[in-house]
Amino acid sequence: MELTTQIGESVTDGLAYLGALTSLGGRAAYFTFVAPFQGKPLRLQRAISQAMQTGVGALPILSLITFFIGLILALQSAYELRKFGAINFVASAVAISMTRELGPLITAIVVIGRSGSAFAAEIGTMKVTEEIDALETMAIDPIHFLVTPKFIAMMVMLPCLTIWANSMGILGGALFGVTQADFTWVRYIQSSLDALFLRDITTGLVKSVMFGMTITAVGCHEGLSTGAGAEQVGRSTTRAVVVSIFLVILVDLVFTALFFFMSEK
Amino acid sequence: MEQSSSATMTLETEAMISLRNLRVSYGEREILHGIGFDVMRGETLVILGGSGSGKSTLLRTLVGLERPSSGEIWLKGKNIAAISSGEMDEIRKKIGMSFQGGALFGSMTVGENVALPLREHTKLEDSTIEIILRLKLDQVGLSGYENYMPSQLSGGMKKRAAVARALAMDPEILFFDEPSAGLDPIIAAGVDQLILELKQAFHMTIIVVTHELASAFLIADRMVLIDKGNVVAIGTTETMRSSTHPRVRQFLDRIAEPAVSEELDYLQMLTEEHRHPGR
Repeated sequence: MELTTQIGESVTDGLAYLGALTSLGGRAAYFTFVAPFQGKPLRLQRAISQAMQTGVGALPILSLITFFIGLILALQSAYELRKFGAINFVASAVAISMTRELGPLITAIVVIGRSGSAFAAEIGTMKVTEEIDALETMAIDPIHFLVTPKFIAMMVMLPCLTIWANSMGILGGALFGVTQADFTWVRYIQSSLDALFLRDITTGLVKSVMFGMTITAVGCHEGLSTGAGAEQVGRSTTRAVVVSIFLVILVDLVFTALFFFMSEK
Repeated sequence: MEQSSSATMTLETEAMISLRNLRVSYGEREILHGIGFDVMRGETLVILGGSGSGKSTLLRTLVGLERPSSGEIWLKGKNIAAISSGEMDEIRKKIGMSFQGGALFGSMTVGENVALPLREHTKLEDSTIEIILRLKLDQVGLSGYENYMPSQLSGGMKKRAAVARALAMDPEILFFDEPSAGLDPIIAAGVDQLILELKQAFHMTIIVVTHELASAFLIADRMVLIDKGNVVAIGTTETMRSSTHPRVRQFLDRIAEPAVSEELDYLQMLTEEHRHPGR
């Protein structure tokens, strides 16, 4: 009896949380697509500077990580493939697993660490120092002013970063291919491209847009629900990272399953 | 303390804000148990009260940051306890609020902070905004500081900058939350002086929440003492000084609380401190 009550409570809590995220995303969508036609201008400038921070700023670390991931993938798949004398298939194995899965996922995780946590910390600090209240008393909607530019920036930048991550991963695989498997750079890239269908890339990009929405919603929601006191900001930031990683993987599962069953028909 | 609703109507003309039987709760717990008084046009009203008295909650309710569970707040002819957020935003453009810690936006310069409401709510040219900005900074004694970041300012200057931002839209009512909290006596006196100047120069309606007695008696026309979510006394500074009400005397003569009388009081004190730490 006790257990069922607890399970019921966590389910309702979880649903309420998802509801809060959806309503945040919905209001941001309203301010992006509807409000500009009602005389409330879009904050493109804030969105652009946000995009520079979340997108361009992430390039160095993301490049390094995905290059290594590509290299690791090549090593791991070569370990198995060479038993069958099929080491040539390293290129397609790396290309497909990068574009379909690891590119979007690794990008999302890097962005969670850099930007999701920063959103929660920034908005949480503003909440603690009464800056959010100040915005409201000045009749400025915090969702319009703070959250919407972040949504726009993330939904544009995550797919871009993902494309970049895919290429860096393939390049990492190519390093192995060229040094260990008698590929030339050109032939490795060529066989990677041959292995890919457009669908592999687009499904990865659709996922990355969903990841961007998830990360922004969680980061901003955690920030906005920060309690009083500096230690609460730390708590929100931690929660933003943990919850984002969990939800990104959940969204990943849902969309991967969706694409799987869609391609069956 | 409470007037009948027919009295409300006649008072509308001279009262800037009228509170009627205002109740505010956080969840299950009621913080304000039926507050009712009027704030007259052009007066400076000081809301006094100890920690946990509910005075900060009252202020937050007056500027629309908390929704009352029942009761009425008449402000500029509208009951803000029951209006849409769109209408509330229109009223908010006519009020200014100076927060305890200033609440300046850390990522913007002082100038951008003060200009923000103008950029958001008016279609003024940049050059006009520039002029208004200089004027407002001049009024609070911060001319030349528009390019400083808030982190470069001292506590007193932050508070002045926050007042400049609150003044940006030429508000009819100005709210102060603990204007002298965290300031040394000299700087705090400077802020009091600023409030007096604003009152004399613009005949603004000013509402100040504080527990600093010296400052309260200096700036107030009238005072309200709030205790445990109720109005204990209201009147001019003279009536307050000569009051014989035990709670008023205790507060004004700074007599320590005997001991925590009830468990609930202690809880209330704790929650209030948790909501507003460092008070």
